Amino acid sequence: MRSQSGAHRTQVAEHGNTIDRLLLRGLTKRFPGVVANADVDLGVRPGEIHALLGENGAGKSTLVKMIYGILQPDEGEIRWNGAPTAVPNPHAARALGIGMVFQHFSLFEALTVGENVALGLDRPEKPKALAERIRTVSQTYGLPLDPHRHVYDLSVGERQRIEIVRCLLLGPKLLIMDEPTSVLTPQEVDKLFETLRLLAAQGCSILYISHKLAEIKALCDRATILRGGRVVGACDPRAETAASMAALMIGAEVKSVARRAGGKPGAERLLVGGLDLKADAPHGIALKGISFTVRAGEVFGIAGVAGNGQNELLLALSGERTVETPGAVLLDGRRVGHRGAAHRRALGLCAVPEERNGHAAVPEFSLVDNAVLSGHGREGLVAGGLIRTRKAADFARRIIAGFDVRTPGPNVAAASLSGGNLQKFIVGREILQNPGVLVVSQPTWGVDAGAAAAIHAALLRLAAAGSAVVVISQDLDELLAISDRVAVINVGQLSEAMPTDGVSLEKLGLLMGGMHGAEVAQSDVPAREPAHAP
Amino acid sequence: MRLKVEPRREVSRALQWLTPPLSVLATVVAAFGLFALMGYDPVRALTDLFVTPLTSQQGLAELALKASPLVMIAVGLAMGFRANVWNIGAEGQLMMGAIAGGGVALLFYGQEGWWILPLMALAAVGGGMAWGAIPALLKTRLGVSEILVSLMLTYVAEQFLSYLVLGPWKDPEGMNFPQSRMFSESATLPILLEGTRVHAGVLVALLVVGVGWLVMSRSILGFEIRTVGSAPAAARYAGFSQTRTVWLTLMAASGLAGLAGLFEVAGPIGQLIPKITPGYGFTAIIVAFLGRLHPLGILLAGLVMALSYIGADQAQVDMGLPNAATGLVQAMLLFFLLASDFLVRYRVRVVRPAAAVQAAIGASQPADRKAVTS
Repeated sequence: MRSQSGAHRTQVAEHGNTIDRLLLRGLTKRFPGVVANADVDLGVRPGEIHALLGENGAGKSTLVKMIYGILQPDEGEIRWNGAPTAVPNPHAARALGIGMVFQHFSLFEALTVGENVALGLDRPEKPKALAERIRTVSQTYGLPLDPHRHVYDLSVGERQRIEIVRCLLLGPKLLIMDEPTSVLTPQEVDKLFETLRLLAAQGCSILYISHKLAEIKALCDRATILRGGRVVGACDPRAETAASMAALMIGAEVKSVARRAGGKPGAERLLVGGLDLKADAPHGIALKGISFTVRAGEVFGIAGVAGNGQNELLLALSGERTVETPGAVLLDGRRVGHRGAAHRRALGLCAVPEERNGHAAVPEFSLVDNAVLSGHGREGLVAGGLIRTRKAADFARRIIAGFDVRTPGPNVAAASLSGGNLQKFIVGREILQNPGVLVVSQPTWGVDAGAAAAIHAALLRLAAAGSAVVVISQDLDELLAISDRVAVINVGQLSEAMPTDGVSLEKLGLLMGGMHGAEVAQSDVPAREPAHAP
Repeated sequence: MRLKVEPRREVSRALQWLTPPLSVLATVVAAFGLFALMGYDPVRALTDLFVTPLTSQQGLAELALKASPLVMIAVGLAMGFRANVWNIGAEGQLMMGAIAGGGVALLFYGQEGWWILPLMALAAVGGGMAWGAIPALLKTRLGVSEILVSLMLTYVAEQFLSYLVLGPWKDPEGMNFPQSRMFSESATLPILLEGTRVHAGVLVALLVVGVGWLVMSRSILGFEIRTVGSAPAAARYAGFSQTRTVWLTLMAASGLAGLAGLFEVAGPIGQLIPKITPGYGFTAIIVAFLGRLHPLGILLAGLVMALSYIGADQAQVDMGLPNAATGLVQAMLLFFLLASDFLVRYRVRVVRPAAAVQAAIGASQPADRKAVTS
């Protein structure tokens, strides 16, 4: 069902008289240890809204960064209106007529809209004339914007409009939008789509990056699907089902993983009920009505595309962020929603956050101090207000020995360890504290295969010994391998939990792509072949 | 050709400890040139500044006397600096401590008793803390910068002290001088060394260094403070409270500053006057950094700084060197310390034109336009 690049190449060349405005041929970009894009072909026609679809890490961002001149390809060529073109930097990209709206805005809050736009221009303009142009452009494209307002006053949607207007002032021929709707309300999304359709009707090409299937179906004329840095398919999203695109996006060849024999479920150790949490930053995600239960001996997996509330959920579970309703989080039957991290840890809830440096560990502290960081209470490393240095060093040594941490000794700074070794140390530190509930985010991020297997085995042992384990991960293979049940988090909402045995990948993919309830039920029909083959 | 500043890959630990003595050396060299330009004999000036005070018992006693408030305050401030709590209003907290403690002395004027001094000390710590509580409260409740609040409160304290010694607390037999009565015997610190002004406060300062070291290096409290300063997210993860740390460090610093203020008025001065110190509260900031925020380092730095005060007095008496020279020497010391700190962490590289173009490609602007207009 996947189009190989040969077939894809034919298709790119075959669409008739119009020349592709942008044509990529065999674009390859390597970073040390990883090929971010391999032999990517892509054609974008004038006036077309073209979706670039893929999971996190599929290589979407790298690809558009090469188009916009932020990165340089190692191999392959970029053709602009048919002519081979080099894009050495964003300045050159803008000169060609390529504009890009980033996921995270670069705006000065203390300045006005007009001043922010002026700062982004390659050629300076008189403020008055510029303000007039901003007004005209924003009215023409239905992007109401007052050039004299200060940015700190504006909503996230309005801030995005500044970035879009900034691009439109240059009269772009190609507009790249990187996950533009991740920060918008549904109403703002509708307005944005109107603007984009209008732009396309006037001949501007739009390259639309997203993993949200519904949006792509609603908006885009064509879609190119990336997985693992390669083009795995191209299709007309309006002729596809969300399910068939989801299958392409997450890949069908999931290994048959050695599932562990499901033991008898024990008592409910962690019960989360109707957990709401406000976003605490402009790009933050609010948690809405999160509910799930994890029993003793169970591994509960939470899947999802990055930035859908995973960090917020970890903070809400670990107690780093609290809620006012004590009953939103029950730990072995105790109401702890309003209790902080120290309290929950004392009651047996340990956590491993995703970010190692500066969150799970302090880079400049020694491993001994990093052992004290989370272990001081449960391991009895403090007596009379003083740290028991010998006991702390012993604890650090036990972690190092038990989890095969490669280090010259316990007194070296955490920063000197490789990412994988530090991760083993952190996971080991939490597991050795014998938690009743362990919440782990991205347990094997950036960790080599051997270390990953060791961490998985340790998590399973912990569960087998009667703990409840919650694993938040973007790696579906990992979740399917070790969890008993999985749920999907999407824009701060958690789906219903499904037993891992017999769960359909397609359903997971749809949930990750933001299709809930009815849509999911409807798309449970077998996937059709994508209609991209010639 | 242009200069480029870039972080060093590895920061040498040895260099980090070497920079303070090196800065002292650089200060001596720069002062040498400065004094020569001003028309003073530089050798004699430097001898007066840095050597003469160390050659007499009297000089050494004065050194201990002046170093102890600096050290006490700096140990407290360093705790806060470790946690990124920037209390720069120790001078005001010092004055409020002196006012509260001195107030107790005046309240029991003419009475004798062993309990008066401890009571004054308690009041001084309380007075300092009360002044430190204002920035702590505003920071933890409303997110107001403690830098501005603590600094501005210094001027409020200064005016308050002036009001007291010019008004209600003025010595009735003081010929209208702006000063309070002299404290009675029981309200004055005992002298440790006959014939000098060295008082019991010096011992307290040494005790503060010891306790400060224990707290910062060995206690979970110090661990908490260091974690909050190095990695706030890790501190939250470990269950340490940012609010508690702000309060703790501000209370420690302001309490110690208050006590140091009392030791001045109940020690060498013996009464309340409008100007208690030559700015110990501010100089202590320099001392804290010169001592690498480490109590033992602070002890050494405090001695060096005290030396610069005494030496400046000596040079002023001996050869008429202006008093501003003290400030100059201290400022140079801080400047050289910060500059060498910077150079320990970063290096300056000369970028040649050809290299500059190379470096700029892919960054942003340069003249590669021709390549794209095809």
